[in-house]
Amino acid sequence: MRFLGVRALAPEVAHHHPNKRFRNLSGKNRVTFRKYLVLAGVTLCASIGDSLLSRGMKQVGGISLNHLPDVILAVVNPSVALGILLLLGFFASYMTALSWADLTYVLPATSLGYVLLTLIAKFYLHESVTTWRWIGIVLISAGVGFVTQGPALTHHPAKAQANQEYEPARREP
Amino acid sequence: MKQAYTWSAIAVIVLASTTGDVLLSRAMKQVGDVGALWRRSGLWTVLARVLRNPNFLLGVLAMTVAFYSLLFGLSWGDVSLIAPASASLTFVTNAIAAKMFLHERVDHRRWMAAVLVAGGVVLLAA
Repeated sequence: MRFLGVRALAPEVAHHHPNKRFRNLSGKNRVTFRKYLVLAGVTLCASIGDSLLSRGMKQVGGISLNHLPDVILAVVNPSVALGILLLLGFFASYMTALSWADLTYVLPATSLGYVLLTLIAKFYLHESVTTWRWIGIVLISAGVGFVTQGPALTHHPAKAQANQEYEPARREP
Repeated sequence: MKQAYTWSAIAVIVLASTTGDVLLSRAMKQVGDVGALWRRSGLWTVLARVLRNPNFLLGVLAMTVAFYSLLFGLSWGDVSLIAPASASLTFVTNAIAAKMFLHERVDHRRWMAAVLVAGGVVLLAA
């Protein structure tokens, strides 16, 4: 509910807020619910897509270098086809997220996919998850928590320049 | 000698994927907020602007190099070393590259996040 509280601030109040964090979260830099959905899309599409590709390629079986055309036939496998579709979805949502957030925000914020993969391995594939892996999950979750507390986009000269170039009507007089 | 090949592959993967991430991020910042642009000008404008951006094309090329380096690396070394080592090192190099080339404000919070996630990825492969 943290971001909802910030969202409630009027833009002009948020812009001059004494807390720099609130100033950074104001206006266009604010992470809205729709943007969180895009980040969730990056996480889910990457981890589920990878799992499906892995399962599909195991069903297809080993492909030798002497029979490379078999790789093309592998896309007929439903798991491989769905995996490729999801990875295309990953790329589209990753590009969308990078259009309004910093690289150093998007990468840690979407690393929950590693956690999701481990949970799928534990509860769906019934693999054993060691204590070290659980500690790894805690570390990644802590990292995600750290980065999502801050602003998604810090000052970016290239973006400011791009906005001026593409959105002349939005410029202040 | 085989270990040297493996670590060389890891170095190339990290370098190429960091370059790719930085170029893609720069490209998308030049394109601007995709959601707003889509609402204003439509999907084709978004696609044309992304696909015509030289940084985007170079970024995809760098990602392709990273992918094939991973394949070469996997033929020389263990996946349990190459995958987590390259993934976790990429988190840290991305933070350095984003600060240097994209001028992002990488504060303590973001450094902590990059290091924690990198450490977590290593432990997941343990």
